[in-house]
Amino acid sequence: MLETFEKELLKTIADITDLPGAGAYNIRRNGESAGRHSTEHIVIEPKKDKPGIDIRVMPFTKQEAVHIPVIVTESGLNDVVYNDFYIGEGAEVRIVAGCGIHNNGDCDSRHDGIHRFHIGKNAKVTYVEKHYGEGEGTGARILNPVTEVFMDEGAECEMEMVQIRGVDSTVRDTKANLAENARLLITERLMTHGAQTARSDVVINLNGDGSSAQIISRSVAKDTSEQIFYPRAVGNSRCRAHVQCDSIIMDDAKIRSIPEIAANHCDAQIVHEAAIGRINNDQLTKLCTLGMTPEDAEQVIIEGFLS
Amino acid sequence: MLELKNLSFTVDGGDRSAEIIRDVSLTVADGEFLVITGPNGGGKSTLARLIMGIEKPTAGQILLNGKDVTDLSVTERARLGVGYAFQQPPRFKGMTVRRLLSLAHGSPLPEDVCCEYLTNVGLCSREYLNREVDASLSGGEVKRIEIATLMARELEVAIFDEPEAGIDLWSFSVLVKTFKNMSKRKHNSVILISHQERIMQLADRIAVIADGVVADLGKKEDVFPRLLSDLNSDCDFREGCGDA
Repeated sequence: MLETFEKELLKTIADITDLPGAGAYNIRRNGESAGRHSTEHIVIEPKKDKPGIDIRVMPFTKQEAVHIPVIVTESGLNDVVYNDFYIGEGAEVRIVAGCGIHNNGDCDSRHDGIHRFHIGKNAKVTYVEKHYGEGEGTGARILNPVTEVFMDEGAECEMEMVQIRGVDSTVRDTKANLAENARLLITERLMTHGAQTARSDVVINLNGDGSSAQIISRSVAKDTSEQIFYPRAVGNSRCRAHVQCDSIIMDDAKIRSIPEIAANHCDAQIVHEAAIGRINNDQLTKLCTLGMTPEDAEQVIIEGFLS
Repeated sequence: MLELKNLSFTVDGGDRSAEIIRDVSLTVADGEFLVITGPNGGGKSTLARLIMGIEKPTAGQILLNGKDVTDLSVTERARLGVGYAFQQPPRFKGMTVRRLLSLAHGSPLPEDVCCEYLTNVGLCSREYLNREVDASLSGGEVKRIEIATLMARELEVAIFDEPEAGIDLWSFSVLVKTFKNMSKRKHNSVILISHQERIMQLADRIAVIADGVVADLGKKEDVFPRLLSDLNSDCDFREGCGDA
């Protein structure tokens, strides 16, 4: 049985409050499975050699979802998990991951999710991953996700990766390899506050002709927090890619944004843009003229920016 | 009723200061539609920003329905019913048109109501509801959405700063109609900064602000002919036109 605060964590990261009544799922709590269910088309099995699961989506599965959220509520837990996704040819699936840490103790709680996606020919994947930390303890909440995506010909993948708040330290490592006509969209949204640190490295290898990728990174850094973004798009074929980093900086925060583009093929078209700046004064004033306090206006602007 | 009493605004520019508004006194009655016009750089927008509280006057008083609001913040004035449509409205990444209109209204707005506001400013509403008020919109589109944010409110004093700027002719006709209806409804006092004759024709009174002072003020019927005759006699551009 899940405690009330655990259900709230699940709601925040995966938009579910309990074990889903239907569909495939695996809920991991404090390093152990708290519930697992396979369906006719989506089979989830534990790995035999290390912690983690294999998720197999049958070819041509349509409109199905799989939830694999993780919650860590035990202070001092260091949880590493290896999840491999095998998405069959032509399948269409929505994957909801995410990790919530509730740390009331003085020891660090950490979860490293190592995810590998093998996306078959013409398959379509929507992936949502939300990270969130809470709790009164002095122990840090640490999340270091590793995501590796292998996309076959014509595969499509949209990844939405969000750090809501409360994560003291994160190092995100994302890699993708695209075959012919594969299409990838990564939307990263991240907020840091207090003395938190965040680093995100993304490498997209566009290996097949006609492949395309877009990386959109939006972040807000408050207080004394620090962020580093290092997205790279590498064109090895006739491909298109667009990298966009956009950050709002506040208080005494620091942000480094280093979008890198590389072309190893004369028909590669790759564009990057990056911007860092504080909240525009006219935006604040406009919302104040609607009757909002400057503090509420700031909140509304940030929420919109990260929505 | 809005009263400006001996309002002045000076910008301190280090060695020399510039007096943008000089001893302006003006009353806008309940239900009145006042058009403010005058040359560029004459102080029209500054006056609007002083009324909204975005700038603080260096001297004088602003009274709203008899209450002194001179020292009140923008937020406080907004809550008392002062609204201001910016000449150059800011854009918001991630904020949809519907959300912005709802924020203006103070509570979530039903789709049909949002659509009505957008139609009134010449925008095909359903296309716009879920679009973001960001750089993907043209200047004219953002401007019209800005006007709609004031339509979504019930105000004591609504100030529109050159609402026609950047708006195409077809949409302009719709706008004039909208402002005309607004003037008939007489819910609010309306202050509209404009250079357009068709908008001036909607006014109860016209105020001409030039060099920081009220250069002329009166009923539309009286001020408008004087404006035209000034234009004919003072236009520097006509020198050497060969029409003399």
